[in-house]
Amino acid sequence: MKLAKSELLDAYSVMKTIREFEERVHVEFAAGEIPGFVHLYAGEEACAAGVCAHLSHEDYVASTHRGHGHCIAKGVDVHGMMAELFGRSTGLCGGKGGSMHVADLELGMMGANGIVGGGPPLVTGAALAVKRAGNGNVAVAFVGDGGSNQGTTFESLNLAKIWNLPAIFVVEDNGYAEATSSKWSIGAESNAERARGFGLHAVRVDGDDFFAVYEAAGEAVQRAREGGGPSLLDCQLNRYYGHFEGDAQTYRGLDEVKKHRADRDCIARFFKRVTETGELVESELAAIDHKVLELIENAVADAKSAPKPKAEELLTDVYVSY
Amino acid sequence: MARTLSFQQAINEALDQEMARDESVILMGEDIAGGQGAEGEMDAWGGVLGVTKGLHAKYGDRVMDTPISESAFIGAAIGAATSGLRPVVELMFNDFLGVCFDQIFNQAAKFRYMFGGKAETPVVIRTMIGAGFRAAAQHSQSLYSIFTHIPGLKCVVPSTPYDAKGLLIEAIRDNDPVIFFEHKKLYPLEGEVPQELYTIPFGEAEIVRDGEDVTIITLAEMVHESVKAAEAMAEDGVECEVIDLRTTSPLDQETLLDCVSATGRVVVVDEANPRCSLATDISALIAQNAFDALKAPIKMVTAPHTPVPFADNLEDLYKPNAEKIASAVREVMEYQTWEATASKN
Repeated sequence: MKLAKSELLDAYSVMKTIREFEERVHVEFAAGEIPGFVHLYAGEEACAAGVCAHLSHEDYVASTHRGHGHCIAKGVDVHGMMAELFGRSTGLCGGKGGSMHVADLELGMMGANGIVGGGPPLVTGAALAVKRAGNGNVAVAFVGDGGSNQGTTFESLNLAKIWNLPAIFVVEDNGYAEATSSKWSIGAESNAERARGFGLHAVRVDGDDFFAVYEAAGEAVQRAREGGGPSLLDCQLNRYYGHFEGDAQTYRGLDEVKKHRADRDCIARFFKRVTETGELVESELAAIDHKVLELIENAVADAKSAPKPKAEELLTDVYVSY
Repeated sequence: MARTLSFQQAINEALDQEMARDESVILMGEDIAGGQGAEGEMDAWGGVLGVTKGLHAKYGDRVMDTPISESAFIGAAIGAATSGLRPVVELMFNDFLGVCFDQIFNQAAKFRYMFGGKAETPVVIRTMIGAGFRAAAQHSQSLYSIFTHIPGLKCVVPSTPYDAKGLLIEAIRDNDPVIFFEHKKLYPLEGEVPQELYTIPFGEAEIVRDGEDVTIITLAEMVHESVKAAEAMAEDGVECEVIDLRTTSPLDQETLLDCVSATGRVVVVDEANPRCSLATDISALIAQNAFDALKAPIKMVTAPHTPVPFADNLEDLYKPNAEKIASAVREVMEYQTWEATASKN
């Protein structure tokens, strides 16, 4: 699949925005500015960008606890996201959701999800809704290697198959579910192998390679749009930070992350490829870098100066009987 | 003469009329048609107790059989609800909520709040409750208090065919997730049900019997046992008021407190287990807000804190009934305050 220049620029912009968003959140969290639990997507950008490049706002995505990347790739407002992480009233969810519950249903973003394996059943339902509407739209569930071991995921693969739904399951196998290796926790040869057992089309993908993800996702999305049923992408990728911010990752090999960053970084690989082929020139990418840094800087400044939710917001948006 | 329907037919009619009115209403559940993929007849069951019988023939693929895979299909109904459909999904027995609870209490219940008011989840989960079928510990519970505990869910527990139809239509049109509890012993119960579409608002308890001596607060099948007890007590000159809660979330606190303030004596009747239950919740509500009006301690009539037993004699002992309720009414009537006892001596 050949990408137009504008598509390449968009892809780079999405990946770079995710990276800078996460790097900055890492710093702000360490400085005590962001409360709660935060799980960073840095290192995995090619997957969200490669999949979501095929989606419009009419398509649905359900994410995971490591959801910032999926939100940005789906077009969710970065200012609203940052303010939400800071727990401010200007946040996408009014400061009532936080990092693990960023959502924007108008853009088809069904939410990050604090429950591992929470998303696949919901996506199965969204896929049913678009199938009934007959509009050619699709629904995508991102799950980690941890979520790939949940019964909800297995059940959803089966349901999507027997109802022939336009659903795509994207396993982001970053090697670790919390502190446990996926080499140990997944009994099958791979998640692609498992999915084939459920009757799905499934492929294993180098998740650090934007172009590989883009191509595999393109085939799966097209199949779904044409009524060909569900697929699974088994993406192998890498998490740069811990399970949560504050995790020292002592369970990982010495220099494992350092080596990955140096040799396999998805953004560096994208940069190298597009500049070597001459599809893009360095100055074009540098201009994006500059814009992204400015965007993140402004988003953080706005979030920090925004008010917290009003006390009365505690009792809104829910039926309260007491 | 007014038309009568069974509780079961009233539910079927509510589903039928709402599906005819609104294309976005779909049904999902295990064997709600029955016969999927088999050589025999389709719509063979209409659900395990036949409540949805005939709807598949009328609405075709809007009545969707599911595999026995509750996490996936309850979750799918919830996801579909956030994406434009109004699914009514059947979770056969409420005892099975254990295998799909996350989708209900962490997903559906919380979307509206944690997404800052921007999500609506118009899903109805219909499920059977109740002991009395000799169905033993995993098919006989009444777990509405667990759902009532969770903010964001609405809980409906009807006791008559009329209420079942009106409350189910209200539930389907509501934009929040609603758990609709159907007591399996009530399915054959006949009652007047208008042909036309009507709704009953949530949070409005019904005073099904007037009486000035004791207020009996109850729900579901126990409404009928309570009325029986009230009639027996009337022969002894004690007049009981019986309140049918109809919905446990929202809860009609105003009616409860008004009634209790007038009678000063309360019996709470709940078929479920007693700890952290609807009965304890209502007792606490009254103790906090109407303590001054009480002439006797609040009395609870509930199941014991045990699983539901299988043997018929044990199950009969397990369930509250009219006799146990009448005995509780006698106790609150005979209760003497310390001052009254002292002045007599």
